[in-house]
Amino acid sequence: MSEKHIDEVSGVETTGHEWDGIRELNNPLPRWWLWTFYFTIIWAIGYTIVYPAWPGLTTNTKGLFNWSSRGAVATEMAAADAAKASLVEKIANTDLPGILADNEMRTFATAAGASTFKVYCSQCHGSGAQGGPGYPNLNDDDWLWGGDIDAIHTTIAHGIRYEQDDDTRVSEMPAFGEILEPEQIKQVAAYVASLSGTPSDEAAAKAGATVFAENCAACHGEDGRGMKEVGAPNLADSLWLYGSSEDAIAAQIRNPKHGVMPAWNARLGDTKVKELAVYVHSLGGGS
Amino acid sequence: MDTATTDPKDKKDMEAEARHAGEAPDVEPLEASPVNSAKVRQPLYAARKKVFPKRASGQFRQFKWLVMAITLGIYYLTPWLRWDRGPFAPDQAILIDLAHRRFYFFFIEIWPQEFFFVAGMLVMAGIGLFLVTSAVGRAWCGYTCPQTVWVDLFLVVERAVEGDRNARMRLENAPWSFDKISKRVIKHAIWLLIAVATGGAWIFYFADAPTLLMEFVTGKAAPVAYMTVAVLTATTYVFGGLMREQVCTYMCPWPRIQAAMLDEHSLTVTYNAWRGEPRSKHAKKMAARGEKVGDCVDCNACVAVCPMGIDIRDGLQLECITCALCIDACDNIMDKLGKERGLISYTTLATYSHNMALATENGVHPADPRRVYGPDGKLVPEVRHFRWKILARPRTLVYLAAWSAIGVALLVALGSRDRLEVNVLHDRNPQYVKLSDGSIRNGYSVKLLNMIPEPRTILLKIEGIPGALLDIPELEQLAGGYSYAVPVDPDKLRNLKVFVTVPKDYALKGDSTFRFIAEDKQSNERDVYSAKFFTPEQ
Repeated sequence: MSEKHIDEVSGVETTGHEWDGIRELNNPLPRWWLWTFYFTIIWAIGYTIVYPAWPGLTTNTKGLFNWSSRGAVATEMAAADAAKASLVEKIANTDLPGILADNEMRTFATAAGASTFKVYCSQCHGSGAQGGPGYPNLNDDDWLWGGDIDAIHTTIAHGIRYEQDDDTRVSEMPAFGEILEPEQIKQVAAYVASLSGTPSDEAAAKAGATVFAENCAACHGEDGRGMKEVGAPNLADSLWLYGSSEDAIAAQIRNPKHGVMPAWNARLGDTKVKELAVYVHSLGGGS
Repeated sequence: MDTATTDPKDKKDMEAEARHAGEAPDVEPLEASPVNSAKVRQPLYAARKKVFPKRASGQFRQFKWLVMAITLGIYYLTPWLRWDRGPFAPDQAILIDLAHRRFYFFFIEIWPQEFFFVAGMLVMAGIGLFLVTSAVGRAWCGYTCPQTVWVDLFLVVERAVEGDRNARMRLENAPWSFDKISKRVIKHAIWLLIAVATGGAWIFYFADAPTLLMEFVTGKAAPVAYMTVAVLTATTYVFGGLMREQVCTYMCPWPRIQAAMLDEHSLTVTYNAWRGEPRSKHAKKMAARGEKVGDCVDCNACVAVCPMGIDIRDGLQLECITCALCIDACDNIMDKLGKERGLISYTTLATYSHNMALATENGVHPADPRRVYGPDGKLVPEVRHFRWKILARPRTLVYLAAWSAIGVALLVALGSRDRLEVNVLHDRNPQYVKLSDGSIRNGYSVKLLNMIPEPRTILLKIEGIPGALLDIPELEQLAGGYSYAVPVDPDKLRNLKVFVTVPKDYALKGDSTFRFIAEDKQSNERDVYSAKFFTPEQ
């Protein structure tokens, strides 16, 4: 660098670097530019003092502002909770038909319920509440324990066959494998299938009608339309929880499966359960 | 490292000399020369040399006053214009309502999804800048750029407080006295007031101006309003008062872009060297003696008025914003000398080259103004002057066509846009639901957009699937049909949960398409959305 190279045209010294015959003029910076540069350095130093910056062996400097991204999230969450506090309180103090009648509360409860549903309910009922074998679809109009808003609320609050809750919904269909002959089970399965479609064996279905009347009608009704008070499913519709084939029906008669749903009131509190009920009710528009 | 190398012979001599002087003989001098000594060191910065523009007068200065009055007037007054839109919308003529995501422009109201209108306007502004540049050069820089207008405004203040060029230069060099301090304080105070007014006017575009003004002065406005005003006050004061021409020269990318946009037919402020050179302070004497001398009397009037601090006689420069004040200054001098105006003028490079060829006999001889002047002391007819015709050339016409095409497209889009819209989103999960009686139901989110500031009842129905039933749980069905009357608030969107059920008797084979129809019977507006109905795989 001891050799100065002066550009002939401009009379300005070059940086001494050359690219294919092109040299860069070494013009000094404008002063305001230089000051801006110094300011950014000072700013950076100040920044590392007030914000977390320097790594230590186990942790890092916390900064004078004591700022952290987690703390910022907590602040935002608290602000969000505060913003919806009035509506949440309104929902807590309103009965379910009242919530449904109020546009603002219903919209809020539906959205809140949908969010809660994704966290606590979607594992069994599916993210769209579409259910699956053994887990009821909540979008349709077939409700084991009733599809009006209060019935849905009771089911969510106290669960089904959930022993820890005293008010839980209970029903136990006996295992008819020990009561009926295999032939009778076959006949009654054919009869049940005939209620909503065509059985494989008309004669067996006819014989099954008698077996049904004697053993099943007490809970499922004489016409097989079920009884919501005891959670007995409607056997005359086209929706089946455990499958619609005669074999599946026979298996359920022989040794029935009993689904269990936890009670959510104790875990989520009544307001959240109310919101869930409103959301589930909105899925199929209730019954 | 040539300079640092010492000849071995010199070294020996030096040692001998050292011995002779009785110094320690075993000190080996190091071979070194300072690479960063004060003699060779570059300064880290170049200090700004202050520019003291003299007040100009003339037609371009008049035009600049007019442009300044219009642009400042538009900027400060626009938010206070009113426009009645009825009880359900603000009455501010131009309002960017960020909180409610609406943009009001007189009779036009823009929703966020119509932002392409604004994007289209920005594209038009960009192409408009190209158009103006290729036609009349850097007219934007010289007349309408906010930097130019505000610097001009700040210079008016500076001149009023401290006097014109010479007085200001004297004051600058004068020692600090009560007079100097008071003048400086007054000047900066007025600058700051203008800066506050500039920053203050900005926020009125984003809220109801009278309300916001009251809130602002009583300390009840949102913090963001105060911050915006503070930031814009600072930028106005710093850019307009302190940095001035440096903003254009160092910070603005536009001068660089324009270097690529100008061609030999673009108008630029030009010193007509073909009649000005050779310049001389003693032009009259020399002319009397019949010597070769140009029109330029080297009075530096053009330099004194230049707000950029350049000499236009050096030719076209990046710093030149073509404010044309040097034209005014020079024309005044030419008038005094009884010479034709236009020694400095708006000229294209093509015209300049033609005239230069005339003065140099196609470059054979050095320029001699005597070749362009006739015996009557007037410019000879062969000398070309600016003609408006040159504005219409392919380049400008292409820009004009593109600019107009976008403008027409936007106008057509504006004229044919919907103020009633229906958007439909099919439920993704589950796609269909089988009901207990065997019928199939699909769920949809239907959004009804009432884009006028009046409440409306919108009729919603479906069409295209035999037997299909429409059900909106939150509303009562209209008697005698399958349609719903949906009340929608003014300027609002209504989100509806909608079910469409196809009974078992009408069972569909595969998926099918149908239409949601939203109608306003009163205004006869209608919007249709084509949706899909999904069925279980057979």
